[in-house]
Amino acid sequence: MTVKLDERKDMKTTTNIESRTKEDHQKKTAVEESEVFQVSDLNLWYGSDQALYKINMAIPEKRVTAIIGPSGCGKSTYLKALNRMVEMIPIVKTSGTIKYRDKNIYEDKFHVEELRAKVGMVFQKPNPFPKSVYDNVAYGPRVHGIKKKAILDEIVEKSLRDAAIWDELKDRLDENAYGLSGGQQQRVCIARALAVEPDVILMDEPTSALDPISTLKVEELVQELKKKYSIVIVTHNMQQAARISDKTAFFLNGELIEFAETDELFQNPSDKRTEDYITGRFG
Amino acid sequence: MPIRAQFDEELLSIKDQLKQLSLDVKESLDTAIHVLYQGDVDKARQIMEDDAFIDAKEEQINEEAILTIAKQQPVATDLRRLIVAIKISSDLERMADHSTNVAKATIHLGSNHGIEINPDLREMAVLAMDMVDLAIKAFEHEDISLAQKLAEMDDEVDALYGKIVRELLELTAVNPEQIQHIMQMAYTARYIERFADHITNIGESVFYLVKGRTYGLN
Repeated sequence: MTVKLDERKDMKTTTNIESRTKEDHQKKTAVEESEVFQVSDLNLWYGSDQALYKINMAIPEKRVTAIIGPSGCGKSTYLKALNRMVEMIPIVKTSGTIKYRDKNIYEDKFHVEELRAKVGMVFQKPNPFPKSVYDNVAYGPRVHGIKKKAILDEIVEKSLRDAAIWDELKDRLDENAYGLSGGQQQRVCIARALAVEPDVILMDEPTSALDPISTLKVEELVQELKKKYSIVIVTHNMQQAARISDKTAFFLNGELIEFAETDELFQNPSDKRTEDYITGRFG
Repeated sequence: MPIRAQFDEELLSIKDQLKQLSLDVKESLDTAIHVLYQGDVDKARQIMEDDAFIDAKEEQINEEAILTIAKQQPVATDLRRLIVAIKISSDLERMADHSTNVAKATIHLGSNHGIEINPDLREMAVLAMDMVDLAIKAFEHEDISLAQKLAEMDDEVDALYGKIVRELLELTAVNPEQIQHIMQMAYTARYIERFADHITNIGESVFYLVKGRTYGLN
């Protein structure tokens, strides 16, 4: 019978844990990543109402960035600022800088058409054109001057394949997109966005109008898409943000409260307001 | 009505059940030690039978925690509260097993063993029971400073364990014919020491609950 009293480890102090926690965090954030968007001190007003306050938030390349927050927190406004869609509302004013691939997108020499070709968008409600599936997907390339049928065929097939809907629709390309189910329409809209070879895809609550199975299909698709594209997704579904994103930003009252690796944010948020929101204590 | 009132009620119910289970487990050790000194073999058998109730309570807590995770999809501290509840109930169940082991030692010793039960075993058990109270208080109030004290108390339990084992070894030298009985006392010391180790696990769970990081108290 042996007694191993001396082998017991000395008790660590609380300070030890805290320093370890910090180290872990630094280790995680130290991973080098390229950024497609760099947003600095972004303020945005609708007339005299300020909707965004000094947002500093970079969008990483080829990763999924989720934005969560209660209604009216500014998350959709932030998303629409990234491809200058907010400008469609005449009373909008902004200050600060948004750089896409190191170029300031609010400078005059930057063409908004060029930006929107590179930064595609998918909306909450599927919004196909009242045209055939084929014409929906070929719409963007045609606008950009592509006329040859063989090339368009190739683009349509590739885009529908990338949107994970080719097998379902390959024999129905001539059918009107309005006749498809909501989930199919949304994936056709994603294919339409992919057809112009974007770099970034912005998604504004892309599954909130879809049934659970269609939602899961779109979520699977997002996982595939991030291999080629950088994705920013605004979602009210926190479980969805936790499932599909790499990084998550929490917005509240126009401010960016916390922006962290999704695993960290959902397991151990650093801000009490984030914790209260994700655990459903307010919002 | 506050948001998530139903969920908060479910969390509270699990917390209450854990508190009750901890009291049952503490009582199981208390009775087992009492029975050991009394040499009451019948009562020792009763402790072994009662362990089934503790097992059932552990199962009930786990089922409720899993159901709550499935229904409420908790995250962050809420999720840790439930994960920790499952871990703590499992530690408590193992602790009760050690109480039954002490009862088994009583049965092995029989009623007429004729040797004095080492008085420090009782002291060890009292310390372990105090640790149960502290651990559950730390869990209830999510207080890591209380949890931290468990490490110090566990060191005291370990020191007593070492002392008892040394004394029993000396006893075997002068009473070689009673080695079987002395062994049962040494086993009992070991069971209480393991019982206390599980309490420090509960302390670690409290740390995880509060800090979201694993941390060793053992």
